Amino acid sequence: MPKIIYIEHDGTSHEIEAEAGMTVMEVAKKAEVPGIEAECGGACSCATCHVYIDEAWQTKTGSAEEMEEDMLDFAFEVRPNSRLSCQIKVTDELDGLTLRLPQKQF
Amino acid sequence: MSNTPIETDVVIVGAGPCGLFAVFELGLLDIKAHLIDILDRPGGQCTELYPEKPIYDIPGFPVISGQELTDNLMNQIKPFDPEFHFNQRVDELKKLDDGRFHIKTDDNQEFIAKVIVVAAGGGSFTPKRPPLPGIEAFEGTSVHYSVRRMSDFEGKDLLIVGGGDSALDWTLNLAPLANSLTLVHRRDKFRAATDSVNKMLALRDEGKINFILGQMTALKGENGQLEEVTISGPEGDQDIKCNCLLPFFGLTMKLGPVANWGLNLHENLIKVDTEKFETNEKGIFAVGDINHYDGKLKLILSGFHEAALMAQQANAYIYPDRKVIFQYTTSSSSLQKKLGVK
Repeated sequence: MPKIIYIEHDGTSHEIEAEAGMTVMEVAKKAEVPGIEAECGGACSCATCHVYIDEAWQTKTGSAEEMEEDMLDFAFEVRPNSRLSCQIKVTDELDGLTLRLPQKQF
Repeated sequence: MSNTPIETDVVIVGAGPCGLFAVFELGLLDIKAHLIDILDRPGGQCTELYPEKPIYDIPGFPVISGQELTDNLMNQIKPFDPEFHFNQRVDELKKLDDGRFHIKTDDNQEFIAKVIVVAAGGGSFTPKRPPLPGIEAFEGTSVHYSVRRMSDFEGKDLLIVGGGDSALDWTLNLAPLANSLTLVHRRDKFRAATDSVNKMLALRDEGKINFILGQMTALKGENGQLEEVTISGPEGDQDIKCNCLLPFFGLTMKLGPVANWGLNLHENLIKVDTEKFETNEKGIFAVGDINHYDGKLKLILSGFHEAALMAQQANAYIYPDRKVIFQYTTSSSSLQKKLGVK
């Protein structure tokens, strides 16, 4: 099973085993990783599952589509490597995916 | 805004799907309702967060959009003539000596009702505050999240931030009034209507407004008066002189004043029983996402069920001497008459 590494704003790291096919957000919620709210449940409607993708993983995760980019306008402290984790599907290729959580979600 | 308190049977706090359906259940029992909502239209989360998105778990509708569901509910409750008070948030709620409840909104509108139904969902939709340290000190004086009176912005050096219809509409409306106007957006694509974007770009090309690609990173000012905002963009940082800031970062739900009404809460949700969905305060009920009980699921259909049972108890308070004979809308001629279908 691919592993995803969530690093909280204070540096606390969570290494979570993920099921391929789930979204990066769903994996975090299931494992109760703090710092991801996902108020809309994954509908790309709230921008509270916001994460920063580590540089090494940007090509493999790809870039946001229009709907996600629109919603990113509403996220807290958007950076060039910002993504909404409900829009990233876990694949075996993403084994070791490392991402950081923002200071807070709106 | 009026100074005479509105007296009614029931005030429903929140006009989302559960607040709307509560009107129906109360209406079947001849109970009149007024609804108060901070948004400018009914539908709550459905119309604010996902008007076009399909919902798959409304009984009887394999798929229905948030907007369609709201429209259907508005249709369904039409026979009961509910009265809506939009753009207002309920701030105060207290019990009067005669047992009724007194409500005051942030627009100073007062209500007196025998029963209150809190259908506040995730809380009031409140503008998101940009993550700039110290911004609170300028709110209400030089930082505003909405435009109540356009004339307030006459002659100002205005900074508007955002890429949606709110930011673009206000850019177009305020450009003729302002002394200077700068629009800031984090990317060169906009969510706003294409026509608005084109008009904005035309103003920019004519030199009537400035457009900067970037995000706000700092602001400067004294005693609540804004002087300067720093924008960081692809070409570096710029300090923009401005005395008024309008950030349009969307809305988020905040529990707000509900927390101050003396109701027992469980992790910011209102505790209720599962027979009447009544809170610890007799006469105050809570339905929909805002309530909590063992086994609670935040589903619209749950809120519908809760509204039906709540109405039975509301009826007992409002018509204490009336015996309720349970009736079906399919067969009861009196119910059908109320619905206007016979």
